Amino acid sequence: MRPGSVAIVGAAETTELGRIPDQSQLQLHADAALNTLADAGLTPADVDGVATAGESPTGVAHYLGITPTWVDGTAVGGCSFMLHVRHAAAAINEGFCKTVLITHGESGRSRIGRGGFSRPAASLQGQFEAPFGTMGAPSTFTIPVLRYMKKYGVTEEQLAMVAVVQREWAARNPRASYRDPIDVDDVLSSDMIAYPFRKLMCCLVTDGGGALILTSAERARDFPQRPVYVIGTGESVETPMVSQMEDFTTSRAFRVSGRAAFEEAGIAHGDVDHLMIYDAFAHLPLYGLEDLGFVGRGEAADFVEERNTAEGGKLPLNTNGGGLSYMHSGMYGMYALQESVRQLRGTAPAQVKDARISIAHGVGGMFAASGTIVLSNEAR
Amino acid sequence: MAESRRPLPRPTPETQHFWDGTRERELRLQRCDACSQVYFPPRPFCPACASRKVSVFAASGRGTLYSYVINHRAPPGSGFEPPYSIAVVELDEGPRMMTNIVGVPQTPEALQLDMPVEAVYEDFTDQITLPFFRPLEAS
Ligand SMILES: [Zn+2]
Repeated sequence: MRPGSVAIVGAAETTELGRIPDQSQLQLHADAALNTLADAGLTPADVDGVATAGESPTGVAHYLGITPTWVDGTAVGGCSFMLHVRHAAAAINEGFCKTVLITHGESGRSRIGRGGFSRPAASLQGQFEAPFGTMGAPSTFTIPVLRYMKKYGVTEEQLAMVAVVQREWAARNPRASYRDPIDVDDVLSSDMIAYPFRKLMCCLVTDGGGALILTSAERARDFPQRPVYVIGTGESVETPMVSQMEDFTTSRAFRVSGRAAFEEAGIAHGDVDHLMIYDAFAHLPLYGLEDLGFVGRGEAADFVEERNTAEGGKLPLNTNGGGLSYMHSGMYGMYALQESVRQLRGTAPAQVKDARISIAHGVGGMFAASGTIVLSNEAR
Repeated sequence: MAESRRPLPRPTPETQHFWDGTRERELRLQRCDACSQVYFPPRPFCPACASRKVSVFAASGRGTLYSYVINHRAPPGSGFEPPYSIAVVELDEGPRMMTNIVGVPQTPEALQLDMPVEAVYEDFTDQITLPFFRPLEAS
């Protein structure tokens, strides 16, 4: 991608977040899409590219009445939307389409109109992980962390601090699911889910959605909202089996994706004003800070404890409250991108003053995949 | 036979040797004839060098505890009684595999990272025997 050649000109979430039992998952995609089209001053007829995960792009395009000349159904988990942004930028540059709509909708809590979680018994996960009692993310995504904690001497109190700081951000966000202040003791006395993870170290389970509209930087100036330019992108995958990660203390997919995004953007870490790291669980921001290179190996827990990622710190992180306190429908990556866009438009509830460059870094599956997007509100 | 409500594997042609092995109380891994890489999970080629010349061999069944969680949430009828460990063992031959640590209290104090463990086998059906691990007796 040519850095800055494509911009986000529409961004919005579903009208409601949290519990939405009166809408199917497909309708959540549509609600987010309609809000986003309105944000950009467009109608479905103006869209010629569709990307989505969780539902098929065919289903979303037909439901919205769109006739696309380009689609992307990349579905590698919660970071799929980061990959869609990357692929859409390439497609727009290549002339496959002019106006791309990326949608997410997920009835994660109410489970209206969505399929279940299944691992076929003949798949490698079905043969070599499921028989030992992995039951979704809380008992699977969490398995590497004891190795990380032992290697770097990270304590349960430090893990809890990740949730505490994010709740401080959430307290400033009227749309956040959890806004009451918590301290380390609250986290460490909450219910044990999968040792060492307590309930308040685990993400929410909610309903919601979000969507983005991308077009070329040349056209972006004609839209009502301040354009947010895509200046760096990365993606990678490692393994669908958490037990087969190369190293339980670092994610190869994070490192590869992050490095590509930084190199493409041509920026240094000190240039980054705002950061979103997909936080399905409290250890993910720690892995992300290290694997993206913001801190050295084993330094992330101290970095968070010293309030560098909190309000007034040098690297505001997960300023919407994150998956731990804002919302988490299952594939959270879209909400990380939405918060980056809000920060660069200057419209975030917990606005970072003069933010010019924001990074949204996502994970898919249980350290299985990753996508990284560097955004700027300044044209290149 | 043990209870069998837990999800049991369905072997494929590429993994059948592993499940034949556990039924016979052997942990069968594969080694590349070209580059000597030992690997898991099974496949009929080497993930390090892509050679199709690979051999199955019986591993020692010994390793160390690499990482784990103790799961406290499992729905009734799932085949699991919480709290139970979901662990990853690093085998002496190199590869890692998921398992449960058995024969020991399911507590952080009893489950120390890097402690030596050995495979034990439990039959669930005529076809499927799962490999679990227990602390290696100091001898
Ligand atoms: Zn080889």
